[in-house]
Amino acid sequence: MNDIIQILIYGMVLGSVLSMGAIGVSMIFGILRFAHFAHGDFMTLGAYIGLTFIAVMGLSPWFALPAAMIGMAVVAVVIDQLLYRRIRRTQPVILLISSFGMALILRSLIQLIWGSENQTYASGIQFPWRLDVLGGLRIKPDHVWIVLISLGLVAGVHLFLTRTRMGKAMRAMSDNMDLALVSGIPAERVIIVTWIIGGALAAAAGVFLGIDTRLHPVMGWTTLLPVFAAAILGGIGRPYGAIVGGMIIGISMEMSTLFISAAYKPAVAFAIMVIMLIFRPQGIFKGTL
Amino acid sequence: MELASLFAYLVSFLTFAGIYAVLAMGLNTQWGFTGQFNIGIAGFFAVGAYTSAILTTPESPAYLGGLGMPFAVGLVGATLASALIGLVIGRITAKLRTDYLAIATIGIAEMIRLFIKNEDWLTNGVRGIAGIERPFAGTPLDTPFGYLLVVVAFVVLVYFLLERAYASPWGRVLRAIRENEPATAAAGKSIARFRLQAFVLGAAIMGLGGGLYAHFFGFLSPEAFMPLYGTFLVWVMLIAGGSGNNRGAILGAVVVWGVWTLTELTTDLLPTEYATQAAALRVLLIGVLLQVILVTRPQGILPEKPPKLIARKK
Repeated sequence: MNDIIQILIYGMVLGSVLSMGAIGVSMIFGILRFAHFAHGDFMTLGAYIGLTFIAVMGLSPWFALPAAMIGMAVVAVVIDQLLYRRIRRTQPVILLISSFGMALILRSLIQLIWGSENQTYASGIQFPWRLDVLGGLRIKPDHVWIVLISLGLVAGVHLFLTRTRMGKAMRAMSDNMDLALVSGIPAERVIIVTWIIGGALAAAAGVFLGIDTRLHPVMGWTTLLPVFAAAILGGIGRPYGAIVGGMIIGISMEMSTLFISAAYKPAVAFAIMVIMLIFRPQGIFKGTL
Repeated sequence: MELASLFAYLVSFLTFAGIYAVLAMGLNTQWGFTGQFNIGIAGFFAVGAYTSAILTTPESPAYLGGLGMPFAVGLVGATLASALIGLVIGRITAKLRTDYLAIATIGIAEMIRLFIKNEDWLTNGVRGIAGIERPFAGTPLDTPFGYLLVVVAFVVLVYFLLERAYASPWGRVLRAIRENEPATAAAGKSIARFRLQAFVLGAAIMGLGGGLYAHFFGFLSPEAFMPLYGTFLVWVMLIAGGSGNNRGAILGAVVVWGVWTLTELTTDLLPTEYATQAAALRVLLIGVLLQVILVTRPQGILPEKPPKLIARKK
């Protein structure tokens, strides 16, 4: 029983990371109509930007988080303006190829700048809290913070989408592009805000992953499949669905280690995704196709 | 460089380019003809390579197989195994937008790589399979040059088959689906069925490419099937050459493989301690090349030319 709760906690931590990535993927799909394949490498880059702030300014990982989010939001907008904007007028599928190429460009840049060996934010082991009330359950403070901060970020995205003019414009564009454009929504500005949010949340996912495990140039690429699985599960184009999807995928992946080899964790995400595509391709919350 | 080693280098270069040309034509069937987005090429390539290796290598205690079958059986097996995987993935995604296919193919490629890496009984895991022989053992053709001829023969064969398919009514339906899906559906064509056929055909060709690679290289390990080499280079080749055009696919394979080889010659001049950075730099250059092509000349070097309409007899 204790083991199961322990694994559930790991699953929620992984789920938080996946949700942060999946919200961005889902919003970009909703507004720009393409699956953004460089999102995993956005996560990696965000994590490494965080590493630089930690190394240069001596910040703790938690203070480097906002810095990495801002940095990655800027990078995302720059990439969009330099590259994606130029090919946006053609078919969305060209953007898909371009983002796949961008994933490799970012990864090789990361290898060039930071090297390709494993790195960590902080050396040493963190002592977990021992909860005797719950039969000696061990909880790492980092894990609690990861789940709490991502809940906070989700609440922030929710308030933004429901309470601000820009947020409403974004939802309108995601629901019905033509109608939104006809009613005078500034498409370019909405797109830029989408990249800001997507980039910042990807950086958060990357920093969380870096805090929980270690940094490596392919850390984001290997997380991309579960992130997409989470976005599809929740209904692509639905930010709220992405959170539910992220948690389901994260917990299932960790729970699976009770039954099968941990090497096949990504296979669990893939299996859930395939089952979803067969029986309910629009996702739990009906997505924009 | 003396003449003999230059010749050997050229033969190896052209063999690689030929194998990539087969992969690029497989992708052309899926993307160029039908507009289906497959970024799991590495997976189909790996299935083909491993199937042929398992069928043809002599018996080994380390992994399954060692059936010692002839080369031709290995290639047929490679083609069929890859087509089967394509059928499963294609069935699931044929009715959905191509973005879903893209995500599903990247997933299947990753699953195949995980499977090859972890299931030692079948594939010998990370230690890989060695000693895969070239065809025509014991005859004068058992040389690298002889194998180049085999690869070229397959490139020509696949080219003519696909050109025929492209000009046929079947190929016309595929292009119609690519250009205007609702109109094609309105004309009474089953979109999902045609898509599935094109996807399976493309997957089979990629499996053939994998089989050719296994017998050329003689050694397989999971690291050879990272998305970079298997998938990304093939995409750059097709886009650079001209998607939709089989000649473009072949030309793109030769040109991009040439660029890729040249960048290796350049980065080899760097001191050895920069080896990992040099590899990253090469990927960066190819990635930038792709973006430049997409922005400036998305139709590629040889743009697609639809076949001439044949005037109907009065």
